[in-house]
Amino acid sequence: MAEKTNLQAIHDTLWAAMKEDERVLIMGEDVGAKGGVFRVTADFLEEFGEERVVDTPLAELAIVGVGIGMAANGLLPVCEIQFADFIHPAFDQIVSEAARIRYRSNNHWSCPMVIRAPYGGGIHGALYHSQSIEAFFAHVPGLKVLAPSTPYDTAGLLYSAIHDPDPVIFLEHKKLYRLVKGEVPDKLFKLPIGKGEIKREGRDLTIFAYGLMLHQALEAAERVAADGIEVEVLDPRSLTPLDEELLLDSVKKTSKLLIIYEDNEFGGYGAEIAAIVADKAFMDLDAPIKRVAGPMVPAMPYNGPQQDWFMPSVDDIEDAIRELADF
Amino acid sequence: MATPKSDVEHETLSADLSTDKLVEWYSRMELMRRFENHAERYYQEGKIAGYHHIYSGQEAVAMGIFAHLGPDDHIITAYRDHGPALARGIDPKPAMAELWGKATGTSQGKGGSMHLASRKLHFWGGYAIVAAHLSLATGIALAEQYKGHDTVTVCMFGDGSTNNGYFHEALNLAKVWDLPILFVCENNLYGMWTPVGDVSAVSDVYKKACGYEIPAKQIDGMNVLHVYDEVAEAIDHIRAGNGPYFIEALTYRYRGHGAGDIEAYRTKDEVAEYKEKDPLVQLASYLADERDVDRSKLETLAKEAEGEINAAVEFARESEEPALETIWDNIFAAPFEDRGSVSKGRS
Repeated sequence: MAEKTNLQAIHDTLWAAMKEDERVLIMGEDVGAKGGVFRVTADFLEEFGEERVVDTPLAELAIVGVGIGMAANGLLPVCEIQFADFIHPAFDQIVSEAARIRYRSNNHWSCPMVIRAPYGGGIHGALYHSQSIEAFFAHVPGLKVLAPSTPYDTAGLLYSAIHDPDPVIFLEHKKLYRLVKGEVPDKLFKLPIGKGEIKREGRDLTIFAYGLMLHQALEAAERVAADGIEVEVLDPRSLTPLDEELLLDSVKKTSKLLIIYEDNEFGGYGAEIAAIVADKAFMDLDAPIKRVAGPMVPAMPYNGPQQDWFMPSVDDIEDAIRELADF
Repeated sequence: MATPKSDVEHETLSADLSTDKLVEWYSRMELMRRFENHAERYYQEGKIAGYHHIYSGQEAVAMGIFAHLGPDDHIITAYRDHGPALARGIDPKPAMAELWGKATGTSQGKGGSMHLASRKLHFWGGYAIVAAHLSLATGIALAEQYKGHDTVTVCMFGDGSTNNGYFHEALNLAKVWDLPILFVCENNLYGMWTPVGDVSAVSDVYKKACGYEIPAKQIDGMNVLHVYDEVAEAIDHIRAGNGPYFIEALTYRYRGHGAGDIEAYRTKDEVAEYKEKDPLVQLASYLADERDVDRSKLETLAKEAEGEINAAVEFARESEEPALETIWDNIFAAPFEDRGSVSKGRS
């Protein structure tokens, strides 16, 4: 075990996975000589060569489309979208081709690719370097959408994603790249896709959160613990497939649910979580399901105070916890 | 690199093909044409639903190009895919059954007309998002190059595909990476219902490839011998490791864009003019006049093709519908948890 950041966990997992299997290769904008805009693939070009570390033009639909062709033709490409905000030109390829090729061909072809996408705000990236995209893709059957938040989960799920037989959108919160540290095994290991984890046990209410919001929820839970409010914090890790059992079991235990996400609230991923719990655990609830999420403005503004207002804060989460606990 | 002059050797290449081989082509092209006649008929009768796009008139393109390919080469095409599927050797029975949406179809009824495919034949299928498959073709070819395979990936598309971003991104990368890919634009003069020149800055679409320094040429796509001869050079170029090549085959679709097209955008005279150059008639005349094949033999072959398609129709008619539960099949590699339930919501 060694202590690593999320970024180191990704770097080391990719490195080891490429060492282990020649089918694994990476492609994206400046992933080679530059080592990626976040330096996730630093030194990969020297080690693996340009055949396996493929610098592409600034053309996301080609990055993903080419990746699909390679994956369906026997390789295990890991495509990097430099910022999740840039993924939209590739939306058609992801939804129309990657997610459907197994289904439409009735299992003759499949698409074992990973699309890595750094997402999320709080880094003054403004309108095109801050957004969350999970709701768009979690909606699509045929895709798996992962959003690990700790170095351990990131390493284990990335390795699982690379060897998963179906397309995976792998979301990496930009602000967490260097913010969080944790123990990671030295050797490659897999975590099961579709299994969440209770990151903090509690009896009074359940918080469902991922990404930066998970860490903020843990901080808020620590604050209210001083006043005797015991919050359970559930990290789904995998947005689709969802660990529905873990979610329902937790809500049945605490009888209250608070969902946190930084994406725009309306139609966001948390709306589906609320719908599932309302449908399947209604009689176990002692309070309305509550959400703390981003406002319905088109994108995160650059201005500091406006950005901070957009992002759910630890204070916002703490207020919501106290309100729900008192209900 | 515009329109490189054809190699003289290639111009006479088809002359060296055996008469038996050319007769085989003729049979296959009859099969393609008759498949479409029946597809239209059963569409009108309501046995075939949805959207389908008839290949009649364009047979020489697929036939003449695929004749150069081996079993390891790859083909990917757009939604006008019945003809290319048969030209590659997909059995008309599962192809017709797929149009009927039956369990015996090429994808057990999941794909329908626009997605005929066979992994075994490296026929990736028809793709229904205009030009989206050009990116996939680029990836297929890149994987072939990475694996060190000595293959050609043939990517076919219509003129309408050449006006969007997919096209340009794919051509750019194919050249940047010198991929073993043959781009084939089947220019049938209309992108859906719009004449090429109305929405494309250049009507001679091969010129678009020149901007990427991909060797390109425009060929007569109505004559299978011309297609075969002209494409030989392109295939040689690719197999020699020189990177991509672009063919614009001038051709014509006898039927409209899709089923139900009233064809207000073109004249009956124009259709008649192209039918004068019909690829089947041209090949039949060549076989009769230059190869001394008896006309009655060709008629017999045509009847055999008709019989094969009739059998395909009977096969499709008698095949079972796929079980409703198979809607859950093959969403992911592992069986879907909800499998077995056909309720639209969660169980």
